[in-house]
Amino acid sequence: MNSTSTARGWLLARAPLWRGLAASAAEARARTLGFDRAGALLVGYRRLARDLASARRQWPGGTITTALESVYGTYHALVNRPPRNTRAALLQMLRSDVPAGFRSIQQPLRWIVLLMVLSTGAGWWLVTAYPTLVGLIASEDMIRHVERGELWTDGLLNVTPSSVLSIRIFSNNIVVSLMAFCSGIFYGLGTAYMISLNGVMLGAMLAFTHQHGLDTRLLTFIAAHGPVELSLICIAGAAGAALGDSLMHPGPAGRLASFQERVSGLKGLLGVLCVLLVGCGLIEGYVSPDDGYPVAARIAIGAAWWFIMWTALTGRLYGRPQTRRSLRIAA
Amino acid sequence: MDQDRITIASATGVEVTLTIAGPGTRSYAFIIDFHIRLVLALAWLLLGSLATVGHLLPNPKVDGGTSDGAAAAWLLAAVLPSVLIYALYHPVLEVAMRGRTPGKRMVHTRLVDARGGVPTVGAILIRNVFRMIDALPAFYGVGLAFTFFTARRVRVGDLAAGTILVMDRAATVDRLELLGNLAAETVHDPALVEVALDLLARWNELSEERRGRIARSVLLRLEPGAAAFDLASWHPDSLQERIRAALRPGAPR
Repeated sequence: MNSTSTARGWLLARAPLWRGLAASAAEARARTLGFDRAGALLVGYRRLARDLASARRQWPGGTITTALESVYGTYHALVNRPPRNTRAALLQMLRSDVPAGFRSIQQPLRWIVLLMVLSTGAGWWLVTAYPTLVGLIASEDMIRHVERGELWTDGLLNVTPSSVLSIRIFSNNIVVSLMAFCSGIFYGLGTAYMISLNGVMLGAMLAFTHQHGLDTRLLTFIAAHGPVELSLICIAGAAGAALGDSLMHPGPAGRLASFQERVSGLKGLLGVLCVLLVGCGLIEGYVSPDDGYPVAARIAIGAAWWFIMWTALTGRLYGRPQTRRSLRIAA
Repeated sequence: MDQDRITIASATGVEVTLTIAGPGTRSYAFIIDFHIRLVLALAWLLLGSLATVGHLLPNPKVDGGTSDGAAAAWLLAAVLPSVLIYALYHPVLEVAMRGRTPGKRMVHTRLVDARGGVPTVGAILIRNVFRMIDALPAFYGVGLAFTFFTARRVRVGDLAAGTILVMDRAATVDRLELLGNLAAETVHDPALVEVALDLLARWNELSEERRGRIARSVLLRLEPGAAAFDLASWHPDSLQERIRAALRPGAPR
């Protein structure tokens, strides 16, 4: 291809292929290609690779080469596109990926639960020893309510409709949980800070309501949604701690690969966690502030939701396929 | 790896080369998207408010307390959808448009995974969840700093999801097809056609004097019979038309 005529001949020969590939791109994107057309596309892809190699040699950096690079990149993505099977992928995620992610954070989960318990204790002690410190945790309105012998949640449904309340609550909880996870990128310190802060706030409010004889009523209020909500925040924190651990102990693959692998392994777990938090928000908006629900019913709802959470996180809710270990035990 | 390009091995043995979008291009796309989502969210808030309470904000004296249906309807029909538009703009559009958003499309960029393919839904969602970190402490400070200091010019969300923002030269692809057509149907030298197409593509970016000078030079090669003194009197816009005519299939040489 040293002379102009050879270049022209080459372009003349390749033009129909390029035109054909441009036309079939739209069909391929829409996944409407038949078997023959898909086969032709693969042949075209290989020819395009050959053309690009020639163009790179003959006209490095030229318009034709740049354009061929672009077309080749597009076709590479099309040809190497994974098959779409949303239902199977979703089931795979729920049955295998989520339980695997949950199992992988068992150790950090223990530490995070311990941190939550200790910080709750610290919050309780601080407010018991120095009652004025509650002003740092609670708003003036909340303090006034408790000092009058009422919970700030009393008559909540007269102020805000359940639907609005639920949306506000679950949005806030999802943001807190995702932030607890993401802040694990600061080598786990961000997660530790968020869990400690939440624990101190919880302990402080329990102590403050205890001082005014309202702790039983507060526990009754949170009985339906609290167990799952607190568990999920701890799980999100444990996922964040695992993220920090992947940066601290990256292994032979390197820090970036270790971080990406950990995020990839936990993304399904985070998705399920968000769905469960929506459920908690609905319970907190519709059940918890409604005085019509007796304590026993609240405890039953809380226990049932916690059981659903557990089965969802361990994959049993979706009929998890039997593992080799479970088959061995059965045998 | 070149600082601004990534190469990906392919089954054909010919590597795919993608040009990485730099911090400037990323910021440009983000600013366009930010304005689109802001305008959409505000427009919904305004229309939703007018439809539910008749004015922009519910007035407790007029509409009753917040337990009143009007205020709840305002929150659910006006505020919530506009917050959703603002918050879910990026993840929803990136999934629906296969790694693009209107802003990315306007600046000719798209998201790819480490193998050059369209990122999975999970990767796109993770990328967007990490915006919480990228947005710290304000105005995407962390994210912007990362795009300056990482080899692939990526922010924290991209690092977590394994995605890369690359240039998507759709315009170049169109020109490849055009060039192929012209090569098949005109009698001109392909290299000359390429120069002429370059000139037409950059026409509005060049000063009148410069485009006139280059157009005359190109026309003298496209039409060897044309007289230089004759072309000197032509207005640049007329020269542009004459080049287009010379490139058309079947045009006399």
